[in-house]
Amino acid sequence: MEAVVLICLVIGLLFNSLGIIGILRFPDVYTRLHASTKATTFGSIFVSLSVIVYAAARFAGDGDRPMLSLALHVLVAMFVLAFTNAAGAHAIARAAHRSGTLPSPSVRDDLNEEAGS
Amino acid sequence: MKRFVSTLVPVMALYMWLTAGSGDVFGLWAASELVLGAVLSVITAWLTALHVGSAGVTLPVNPLRWILFALYLIGPFLLEMAKANLDVAYRVITGRINPGIVRVNSGMKTAGSTTALANSITLTPGTLTVGVDEETNDLFIHKINLTEEEAARSAWDSRDLFGFNLPAMIRRFSE
Amino acid sequence: MTGAWTIALVVLAVLILLALVRLLRGPSVPDRVVALDAVNTLVVASMIILAVVKKQVIFVDVAIVYALLSFVGLLFIAKYLGREM
Repeated sequence: MEAVVLICLVIGLLFNSLGIIGILRFPDVYTRLHASTKATTFGSIFVSLSVIVYAAARFAGDGDRPMLSLALHVLVAMFVLAFTNAAGAHAIARAAHRSGTLPSPSVRDDLNEEAGS
Repeated sequence: MKRFVSTLVPVMALYMWLTAGSGDVFGLWAASELVLGAVLSVITAWLTALHVGSAGVTLPVNPLRWILFALYLIGPFLLEMAKANLDVAYRVITGRINPGIVRVNSGMKTAGSTTALANSITLTPGTLTVGVDEETNDLFIHKINLTEEEAARSAWDSRDLFGFNLPAMIRRFSE
Repeated sequence: MTGAWTIALVVLAVLILLALVRLLRGPSVPDRVVALDAVNTLVVASMIILAVVKKQVIFVDVAIVYALLSFVGLLFIAKYLGREM
């Protein structure tokens, strides 16, 4: 059990770090959003999973009621995180495009042609 | 009435989910929590039915759809998401990108299913939703790596963006 | 096990500081918003771990509300940036 918790935790922290490095390294807003949305969401989901496994195992082990409650609450937090991050990224991308921050480098921009015509 | 029920049931379920382990009624709940949860759910559902939902977006009532949604999340969606993250990891480390925005025909009919598809696209490999054409439900997708053939292609369908046929599955639980 | 959680918390704190570098350097406003969004996600993750360390479920409740409120705040910033209000 402890090994599963540790593996999930390490995977989570690894992807969180990759997301942050991506934010620092990528050249424009849209590519940075790719890194921050996908990697930090996935990383945080794995951190949550490690907590869920730990709490569920503690509940199964000694019938610890607060641990059951903890696992259920973290599951809700996980779904909230996944949904708000995806929708939030969409909102930022749309706002960036409307405010005139165009993707660069870019080989093609269908949305901009739309606005221009 | 449909709007009332489609809010009442999920809200009550969420309340019971969050208070599980508080007492001994049905094994897990305190009686006071159940009563309070029922009262709050009715108030919430009533206010929601009165003021929200004029855009025609309601949560599905049919429990089969919720089950399909859960299966979709833990099955194909999670796999695509894992793939997406390996892809991002590869691009963060090598810095090899060739981005561009393309117009994609989503094939969705309702606002709810377009939302589900847009969120799925954002969390799956190499793609990010930037905008939506509200009349045709077409999506504008930022792809992090366009190959030469992809940069020239004019007709995009949402099926092309995934390894699995996610749009068909989304249609099954949300339309 | 407490040691592992504590190390994870320290790593998350370092990541938040790194994200703050992007927040301060910009260059454009959307860049800063992206960094802020990442910081919010990491704060939620830290709160979840803190709940295990302190054995207090209330931390997770706060994390859920924090995630939802930061989402609403983000939508307002996005509306403002897109010149829709």
